[in-house]
Amino acid sequence: MNLRLRIWRQPGPAAEGALTSYDITGVSPDMSFLEMLDTLNEQLAERGEEPVAFDHDCREGVCGACGMVINGQAHGPERTTACQLHMRHFADGDTIVVEPWRAAAFPVLRDLVVDRGALDRIIGAGGYVTAPTGSAPEAHATPVPKESAETAFENAECIGCGACVAACPNGSAMLFTAAKVVHLGELPQGAPERDSRVLDMVGQMDTEGFGGCTNTGECATACPKGVPLPSIAAMNRDYLRAVRRGGGR
Amino acid sequence: METALPTVLGMALATRTDRRPSPARLLWRSTIGKKAVMAVTGLIMLLYLVSHLLGNLKVFAGPDEMNGYAHWLRTVGEPFLGHEWFVWLARCVLLAAVGLHGVSAYQLSRRDLAARPVPYAARRRATARDSYATRTMRWGGVILALFLVWHILDLTTGTVNPRGRAGHPYENIVATFSTWYGNAIYVVAMLALGLHVRHGFWSAAQTLGVNRPRRERALKATANALALVLTAGFLSIPLAVMTGVVS
Amino acid sequence: MAADDVDDVRDAADVREATTTATNPEAIGYTLGEPLVDTASPDGPLAERWRRRRFEAKLVSPAGRRERTVIVVGTGLAGGAAGASLAEQGYRVVQFCYQDSPRRAHSIAAQGGINAAKNYRNDGDSVRRLFYDTVKGGDFRSRESNVYRLAEVSTEIIDQCVAQGVPFAREYGGLLDTRSFGGVQVSRTFYARGQTGQQLLLGAYQALSRQIAAGRVEMHPRTEMLDLVVVDGRARGIVARDLLSGRVETYLADAVVLATGGYGNVFHLSTNAKNSNATAIWRAHRRGAYFANPCFTQIHPTCIPRSGAHQSKLTLMSESLRNDGRIWVPRVPGDDRPPAAIPEEERDYYLERRYPAFGNLVPRDIASRAAKQACDEGRGVGPGGQGVYLDFADALARLGRATVAERYGNLFEMYERITAEDPYEVPMRIYPAIHYTMGGLWVDYDLQTTVPGLFAIGEANFSDHGANRLGASALMQGLADGYFVLPATLGDYLARQPREDVPADHPAVHEAVGAVSDRLYALLSNNGDRTPDAFHRDLGELLWEECGMSRTEAGLRKALEQLPALREDFWRRVRVPGEGRQLNQSLEKAARVADHLELAELMCLDALHRGESCGGHFREESQTRGRETGEDGGGEALRDDAGFSYVAAWEYAGAGEPPVLHREQLHFKDVHPTQRSYS
Repeated sequence: MNLRLRIWRQPGPAAEGALTSYDITGVSPDMSFLEMLDTLNEQLAERGEEPVAFDHDCREGVCGACGMVINGQAHGPERTTACQLHMRHFADGDTIVVEPWRAAAFPVLRDLVVDRGALDRIIGAGGYVTAPTGSAPEAHATPVPKESAETAFENAECIGCGACVAACPNGSAMLFTAAKVVHLGELPQGAPERDSRVLDMVGQMDTEGFGGCTNTGECATACPKGVPLPSIAAMNRDYLRAVRRGGGR
Repeated sequence: METALPTVLGMALATRTDRRPSPARLLWRSTIGKKAVMAVTGLIMLLYLVSHLLGNLKVFAGPDEMNGYAHWLRTVGEPFLGHEWFVWLARCVLLAAVGLHGVSAYQLSRRDLAARPVPYAARRRATARDSYATRTMRWGGVILALFLVWHILDLTTGTVNPRGRAGHPYENIVATFSTWYGNAIYVVAMLALGLHVRHGFWSAAQTLGVNRPRRERALKATANALALVLTAGFLSIPLAVMTGVVS
Repeated sequence: MAADDVDDVRDAADVREATTTATNPEAIGYTLGEPLVDTASPDGPLAERWRRRRFEAKLVSPAGRRERTVIVVGTGLAGGAAGASLAEQGYRVVQFCYQDSPRRAHSIAAQGGINAAKNYRNDGDSVRRLFYDTVKGGDFRSRESNVYRLAEVSTEIIDQCVAQGVPFAREYGGLLDTRSFGGVQVSRTFYARGQTGQQLLLGAYQALSRQIAAGRVEMHPRTEMLDLVVVDGRARGIVARDLLSGRVETYLADAVVLATGGYGNVFHLSTNAKNSNATAIWRAHRRGAYFANPCFTQIHPTCIPRSGAHQSKLTLMSESLRNDGRIWVPRVPGDDRPPAAIPEEERDYYLERRYPAFGNLVPRDIASRAAKQACDEGRGVGPGGQGVYLDFADALARLGRATVAERYGNLFEMYERITAEDPYEVPMRIYPAIHYTMGGLWVDYDLQTTVPGLFAIGEANFSDHGANRLGASALMQGLADGYFVLPATLGDYLARQPREDVPADHPAVHEAVGAVSDRLYALLSNNGDRTPDAFHRDLGELLWEECGMSRTEAGLRKALEQLPALREDFWRRVRVPGEGRQLNQSLEKAARVADHLELAELMCLDALHRGESCGGHFREESQTRGRETGEDGGGEALRDDAGFSYVAAWEYAGAGEPPVLHREQLHFKDVHPTQRSYS
C-alpha cells in the first residue's frame, strides 16, 4: 500500500505547528498504525530528519499511552486504540490526517505527544480508596454482589488514554472521571468516601480547564474500552446527592 | 521535595480542604451543578410548554372558548390570590427559569469553547450519537430566545401584533398567522424548539442522573415523543389558520 | 496447563545422556570469585523466618522517617506498591517513571491472574503447597526462605487489593472467584477477567496518586534513570534525564529502590512494552550490583506470530487456549496448502504424539521448544514459516460455537483484530515469544543488592522464581515485594545508617553526571548511517537464535564472538537525529539499545557457563537420551543438581574485563529436588 500522511509536526510546547505531508510506500495491511509510523520514522531517520514523536508503550491496547486523532477520529476508524488499529482498514492511495489530542487541558508537547497529567491529578484528588498497606480486613469480610462487581469492573477498564477528552467537542473529561467515580462508588469498600470523592474529583476536573458535558455521547463512542455513557449520569447522580448531603463532611 | 508533612504519622491523612462552600455555591461553581440548573430550569419550561400547548389547542374550539380560557387564567386562585396574581407568579418563575437557563448556557458555552480552542483539521462524518439536535443546541437556544422576545411582544403585550387587541388572544393569533412573516418566524422557531427539546430532555435526564443503562432507550423515546408532540401541536395552529380551519 | 505438578521422581544420573561440557572459567571467559551467602535470611523453621526477620529489624522512628528520602524507580506493581506504602509509613519518596503517567507501567498488560494461598475453595491449598509448587515450578533454582515468604504474604495481598477496590471476579454469593491456573491442582488464582494486571496496577497507582496529591511522593513522570550514584560504597541517588526537556539531573536520597522490571526486550521482539528496558538494572550492575542468573528467561508458547519485518512487538494470548485447542503442523516440510486442505493423516499433532499423557497441556518451555523444532524442520506455517496451528475445529464440533465463544471469545476477537483471520473458521497460528525474565539483580532476603542501600524489587530482581516462573506468580511477587517485604526491610537498613546528606557537588555525583552526559553526547554526535532500531533487530535475531528457547555451546560461543563486533558497529554507525535538549525518542532508544548490547553478552556467558538444562534454560547438551529414536522420555531437559545447584551472581569487573562469578549455593531442606517428566 502507498499512502499520503499529513501529520501534525510541532517542535515544542511553545512552538508553532503545522500539518506536514509525507508519502510512504510499501505499507503492509498487517501493520498496526503505530508500526506504520515506526516505518515512516525509520525512513525519516535514515534521511537525517527528525522522526515523528508519539506516545506508545504496551502496544496491546491496555496501557493507554498511545493516542492520536486519525482522520478526525480519536484512535481512528475502529473502536480500539491506535496500537491495535491495523492498516487493512485503509485503502491504497488514501490520505490520512494525523493530529494530536486537542484540548486546552492537554497541551501539545511535541508532534503528537500531549501532556495528560491533568488526568493523573483528577485521580489524585479522590480517585482511590483510602486503605493504607497493612490495614486491610480479610478479603471475604465484605461480600460484594456480583452485579456491583461487574459494573465496577466495566468502569475500571478505563485505560486513561484521553480519547474521550479528545473526541468531546467541549474537551470534557466527564467520562474519564465518571469511570473512576462509578468504579469505586459501586463497591462497598469505596462507600465511605463516596461523597467527598465525587466532589473532589469533579472540582479538580473543573480546575484543570476541561469543558462541561453537553451529553453529545462522543466520548463513549470514541472510548476504546467501551466505558458506557450512563456512567456519566451515575456520576451526576452521585454529585448532586453529595451536594445535597452537604459535601461529605 | 518540599512536602507538607502531617503532624501525626501513620494515620490516614486528611488530604483535602476542610470546609466546602455551601451547596448553592458548589452547584453554581461546578460544571455539573450549572448543568443541573439548566436541566431543572429546562424541565420547568418544558412543563410550561406542555400546558401552554394544551391551552392553545383551545383555538380549535373557537374564539369564545379560547378567549374564555385566557380570561380564566387571570382569575386562577381567586379569591385566595388577587386578580392576575397567578399569571404573574408563573411569569416570574418562567422569567427566572429563562434567565438562569440562559446565563448558565452562556457561561458553560464559553467554558466549553475555551476547553477546545483548536479544531481538528480533518472533519469526520457525524456518528449516530452526534445528531443534528445535539449540534444545534447553542444556536437553537439563541433562536428560541429571540423568538421568545418577539412572541411576547406579539401575543402577550400585543406591541408588534397586526391587530393587538388586549383580552382577545384568538383574534390576535389569527392576525399573526395571517402574515407570511408571522408564519415563517413561528415555523422556524417551532422546528428549533423540537430539536432543542429532543436533545434537551435526554440531556436533562442524563445531567440529573436519571439515566441508567436500562432506561436509556425509554428516555430517548420519550424525548423524541415530546419533541414531536410539541412541534406538531404548536405548528397545527398556524397550519389551521393558513388552511382556513381557524379564522 | 496441567503438567507442572508431576511427582515423578527419577534419578538424574540414570537418564543422563552426556555430562555437560567442563565449565572451565577461562575457556568460557569469566573468573571465579568468592562464594556469595545471603546473610540477611534468618535460620530456623521456614515458617518462622519472616516473622523473625520483621521482629529483629531495627525501626526508624516516625519523626526519623520524615527525614529520610527514598528514591523509587518504576511505578509498576512493585514500584507503585512500594512508593505508596513507604509514603504511608512517613518516608519522603521521590519516584520516577519513563511513561507519561505512573499508571502505564507494563504490569498493566498481565492478563491471567494472581495466586494466593487463601484456600477459599477448601481444596487442600496452603501456604506450604504454594511454596512447594513455586520451588518445584522454578526447577529448584530459587531460595527456600524467599519463596516461603512469598507464599505467606500472598494472602495479605488479596486482602489489600480488595480493600483498595480492585474489582476481582466474584461469584453470585458475592465472594471472590478463583480458578486453576499454571498447571496446579488447586484453584488459587484470583482474577479480574483478562485484565488482572491492569486492575491490580490501578489499585497501586491510586494509592500512589493519593500520596502524590498529599505531597508525600514527589512524582517525576517522563524521567528515565540513566545511572546510579554510589557514595562511599552506598547507593545514594540516581542520575536521570527529563525526557521532555532533555535535562540530566541528579537526585540524592538515603536509599534507592529499583522496580524497573525485566530485560526481555534485549530480544527486540518480546511481549514486553515497547519501551521496557534494562538500563536501570544494567547501570546499577556496572556500579557494583551483582546480576543473577541472566540466562533464565521465560518463553510463552501461545503468542501471535510475527507478520513481517515491521513487527514491533509480540502479543500474548492466554495459555488457557491450549485446554481446548489442538496444536499441529503438516507432516511434510514445505507443505503450503491451506490448513483445511490438509487431510487428517497428513497432520502431525506433535505434542499429542510425543507426550501422550499431557498432550497439548505440557509446560510452557516444552510446548515452546517443540514448536521451534517443528519450524526448524521446515514444517512451520504462516508467513516465514514461523508458526504452528492451534486448531479449535474439534472443540467447536464437541462443544459447539457458543461454549467456545464463552470460554475464548475475547481471545478470538483479539486474534482476529490483529491477524484478520477468524479462528472459528481457520486454525489460529501461534509461536513462542519471550515473555518474562527470572534473572535480575541479585538481592538478599531483604531485597538488598550487593550495593548497600540499593534495593531491587519485582521482576528487576532474581529472587523468587528460580529458573522458571509459574503462571499468575509474577503479579504476586511484584506486590509482595512492594507492599509488604520492602517496607519491612528498608527501615532496617535506614535505621542502621547515620543520617548524612551527600553534597550536590560530591565527586561521585560529578562523575556519574559526567558519564551520562558523555554517553548521550557520543550517541548524538555520532553521525552514522543506521538507526538504533536496526541494531536492536540484529541483536534480537542473534539472541533469539542462539540464546532463545534452546541453547548450544557452539551457538553461544558464536553469539559471544559476534556480540562485541555488533556493539562496536553500533557505536561506529548508529545515527541519532535531533538534539539532546528536547523530547528525543531516538536518543532514548539508542541509549537503551546500547545497554541491551552489553547485557546480552552477560546473558550468553551465563547460558554458556550453566551447562545444565533447567526451567527456561535448555541446553541441548543436557537432555535425556533418546530424542532421535523417539523413545519415551527422550529429549527432555536434564538438570544437574550436583554441578549447578547455585545462583550465578555476576560481578562487573570493568569494560572489557571478564566478569566475576560468585556462586550462592542453594540448600533444599524442606523440599527434595526432583526431575520433571511429562512423557
